[in-house]
Amino acid sequence: MTATLERLPLLVRDWITGFFPEPVRWLVSGLLAIVAILAVFGLYFAYLTLAERKFLGRFQNRPGPNRTGPFGLLQPFADAVKALTKEDIVPQAADKLLHFLAPCLVVAFGLISFAVIPFGRYLIPVDLDAAVLYFFAAGVSSELALFMAGWASHNKYSMISAMRALAQLISYELPLLLAVVPVIMLSGTLSTSKIVVAQGGWTFGIIPHWNVLTPWGFAGFFIFMIAAVAETNRSPFDLPEAESELIAGHLTEYSGFKYALFFMAEYFGMSALCGLGVTLFLGGWQAPIDILQVVPSYVWFMVKLSCVIFCLMWVRATLLRLRIDQLTRLAWKFLVPLGLINLGNAAFWHLSADWSGPLQIVRWAISAAVIVIPFVLIGRTLSSGLAPRTYRYAT
Amino acid sequence: MTPHPYAFLALFLAVAVAFPLVMLSVSRVWFWLFQPPKPSTIKNGIYECGLAPTGDSRIQFKAHYYLYAIVFLIFDVEVLFLLPFAVAFTGLSAGALFAMLVFILLLVEGLVWAWHRGHLNWK
Repeated sequence: MTATLERLPLLVRDWITGFFPEPVRWLVSGLLAIVAILAVFGLYFAYLTLAERKFLGRFQNRPGPNRTGPFGLLQPFADAVKALTKEDIVPQAADKLLHFLAPCLVVAFGLISFAVIPFGRYLIPVDLDAAVLYFFAAGVSSELALFMAGWASHNKYSMISAMRALAQLISYELPLLLAVVPVIMLSGTLSTSKIVVAQGGWTFGIIPHWNVLTPWGFAGFFIFMIAAVAETNRSPFDLPEAESELIAGHLTEYSGFKYALFFMAEYFGMSALCGLGVTLFLGGWQAPIDILQVVPSYVWFMVKLSCVIFCLMWVRATLLRLRIDQLTRLAWKFLVPLGLINLGNAAFWHLSADWSGPLQIVRWAISAAVIVIPFVLIGRTLSSGLAPRTYRYAT
Repeated sequence: MTPHPYAFLALFLAVAVAFPLVMLSVSRVWFWLFQPPKPSTIKNGIYECGLAPTGDSRIQFKAHYYLYAIVFLIFDVEVLFLLPFAVAFTGLSAGALFAMLVFILLLVEGLVWAWHRGHLNWK
């Protein structure tokens, strides 16, 4: 039963490709995989926007969208129809070609990162040897499209936003990469499917061998998630589209469906990046407890992905937006040094792999200390001379 | 027949580019049938809080962005060099580890230098 459910998507794919002659089967099976990703993550994106609005509503003591269908469940479709039928206004001064290309490219680059994420035990669109490298190459390309949007609009707000976006994205690219390197060091491969397999197994059947449950893995996950929030331009790092300062940032001159495409790209990018975080640190499609393996692996992947994204929404509802000097300071002076120290931590973890018995406790203590002490010291150094934030009217 | 894995990536890229184009053409067909565009100078002007825009928006970059880009370029290339090392890490000898340590210390030294010179402070 479980085995059938596990292979169900593959069975459906093979059944459909069976109708086609042999030479075009690989093309059909490839197209089916792409259409499945588009359908699943398109729907996931639609309900993510609704979930975000609902959760933000609850966080702020209001109901959120609740008029379209039961509990507002039809809201995404209403939004889609609205976006499709809105007039598409292109400013006369804008660079027409780039203005048109930017939303198309930003969606395309957001989508192609999904190609290397293992969604389930047998569900990986393409199993590359250099999957992690490919993911970052695809992800970084969207910076180009964002800048294109800001430049082509010929609007001051868009231009400022594009510059900010570039500074922010390149600043947080480094911590993101540095957080990933320890995982690659210890699993010895760049292939995402092999990294997930390396995290399989349980101690006593209840404690999974996920990377996040080691000191270096926890630090890596921490750095990775902060950088991921910044890379996807979400609050508290939403300087490029700070509504109160820059209208809507690089989206100011976009309307109609092009605007919706930017939102789509943002959520695709967020899902892909969080999916990579789940793959590298949270065990990918592995079940958290041995006996829960009866649930198909792709369900576990989506559950973990949704939990991570819920945390991002929570962060958005809680934290205030940073200033640009604070933003770059956090990246270069805090996350990059911590990431470099974490490399040494991972090396230590590997070299002490055969310590056993009480030495195991010493190993954990040293590894935790290596990351906690710099965390406290750098944090104190950076915050010295800054008074705690005071609130004049709120108590 | 199993083609090269990169064939799938090319296919994916083609579909990924086609997807937004198809969606935009659907909305274009809608405009053509039901909503003919009504452009005007004010409507298609640059948005600047309701006033007529003043000056050019394509201004000079602040030099500081450029500085960050250079520091980023150096570090990013060095981190990319870390990836092959990371893949081979579990099978490396002590000598190779030491050589890599020197390389990472060079990376750290660059960071310390930029920090010390104040290049990492946003002005």
